[in-house]
Amino acid sequence: MTLQLTQVSVTHANGVQALRGLDLRIGANEQVAIIGPSGAGKSSLLNVLATALRPRQGEVQVLGERAWELSARQRQRLRARVGLIHQSPPLPLRQRVVTAVLAGKLGQWSIGKSLLNLVHPLDVPGARAALSRLDLGDKVFAQCQQLSGGQLQRVGIARVLYQAPEVLLADEPVSAMDPVLAGHTLSVLCRHAREHNVTLVASLHAVELALEHFSRIIGLRDGQILFDLPAEEVDREQLDALYANEQLQSAPPPASTLSVQIPRC
Amino acid sequence: MLKRDTRDPAARPRLLLGLLALVLLWPGIHFSELNLSVLMASDSQREMGRFVSAFWPPAHDAEFLELLGQATLQTLAIATAGMTLALMLAVPASLVASRALSLSAASHAGRPEYLSRLLRWPVRGLLIFLRSIPEIVWALLFVRAVGLGPTAGVLAIAITYSGMLGKVYAEIYESVDQRPAHALLQSGSGRLAAFCYGILPNVAAELVSYTVYRWECAIRASVVMGFVGAGGLGQQMDLSLRMFAGGEVASLLLTFLALVLFADQLSRLLRWRLA
Repeated sequence: MTLQLTQVSVTHANGVQALRGLDLRIGANEQVAIIGPSGAGKSSLLNVLATALRPRQGEVQVLGERAWELSARQRQRLRARVGLIHQSPPLPLRQRVVTAVLAGKLGQWSIGKSLLNLVHPLDVPGARAALSRLDLGDKVFAQCQQLSGGQLQRVGIARVLYQAPEVLLADEPVSAMDPVLAGHTLSVLCRHAREHNVTLVASLHAVELALEHFSRIIGLRDGQILFDLPAEEVDREQLDALYANEQLQSAPPPASTLSVQIPRC
Repeated sequence: MLKRDTRDPAARPRLLLGLLALVLLWPGIHFSELNLSVLMASDSQREMGRFVSAFWPPAHDAEFLELLGQATLQTLAIATAGMTLALMLAVPASLVASRALSLSAASHAGRPEYLSRLLRWPVRGLLIFLRSIPEIVWALLFVRAVGLGPTAGVLAIAITYSGMLGKVYAEIYESVDQRPAHALLQSGSGRLAAFCYGILPNVAAELVSYTVYRWECAIRASVVMGFVGAGGLGQQMDLSLRMFAGGEVASLLLTFLALVLFADQLSRLLRWRLA
């Protein structure tokens, strides 16, 4: 098993229980999409799988190792083999795109090489290759603050492609892109995963994209798995149950409740 | 009707806060025994007038200018050497004291573990100790130890300023978005690399601005320490004041003005380059 969760529960600092006793097994080279309403715990699940978030209970096994029983140094070495694409790309706005992409390999480089790369980019062709696959080959030397939200999201993906991890996790990787670009970007990710024998787990808002690109679909609701099926077996009824929302389905919200709170400065 | 539309709900709290600030200011003026009417008394005005009128024209004979040039260079050297020594201590200390590099914070939603929080305290305490004693006291101490001259000034600036720089650097690191550095830590990078790639780009301009400002302060501090015998423009100023040479004092003050203007322009240039 590449990824294995046993009875994992996550409670955030504000008391919200994001995951409740979750069991999950994902094998090597699988391509899995996680869908579910917002607040279902999709991001928490991906962060737990990436060992970025320590669950309060339960056991996390990544690439055959119990992530939270390792020493900090060993865990950093394990993390270098796992790539997480963030929903809002965590890139410093004053950094150049080439540096942001090359930072993907920091976990594998020595500190000397990392610092040298900061002064003078050591692998411009590598960064350009990763960016070209996402149609950003001409932005290698642009500053991150010059890019749009969708372009930044693709720079974040290019960084993880350059990292070349064995497990690729993606948290809403295409949320800031138009439908055509989103489809293209997902197919790039899936193709990369197939060609390099990478396990791919992505959370998605758009159900159609999930069904189109992924073979296994996990429906998450209230921190629990509602269904876990091959894509072709997912039907309308299950999706309705997944996204059922009593509050939104009741009569359209009355238009007269304009109680705008003006913040005090 | 119009009145209700244009009413700003924040107006009243702001007015009250402004009044409160004024009310709190009054005891401050009272306890510092500030008495502006002294300035209006005729004999003190005459005294000040005589002192200031001696300032013109500023001294500009060749001999004094050469002395002034040397003192200026010495002051700049004291400030720069002191800052360099201070940075050598402040940069590592700020990296240790700051929560920005905490590995455990990256996987606990931004909060470091208790043990690592405890370990930061000795360093914070050291920085507090270093900056709590004014540089003039250190200078007096070092003048006793190493004798009159610039060395005492350099050491005094190095000690006090390392405390100030370390504290403010650590806080600047924490004041920017931590997600880039956390994301890098979560993908296996080391702490120093995560700092350089995730935090440094966002804080560089702020750091440079503060460092140049502190360098400017170090120039002023080295002048003050000159009065206790630590060399530079201050020592010259002390001599000129004792001799009631108003013209020389004026030239010295103009030099300070030029130095501060220079530091200001340098800071602007560097910030523009880093923005």
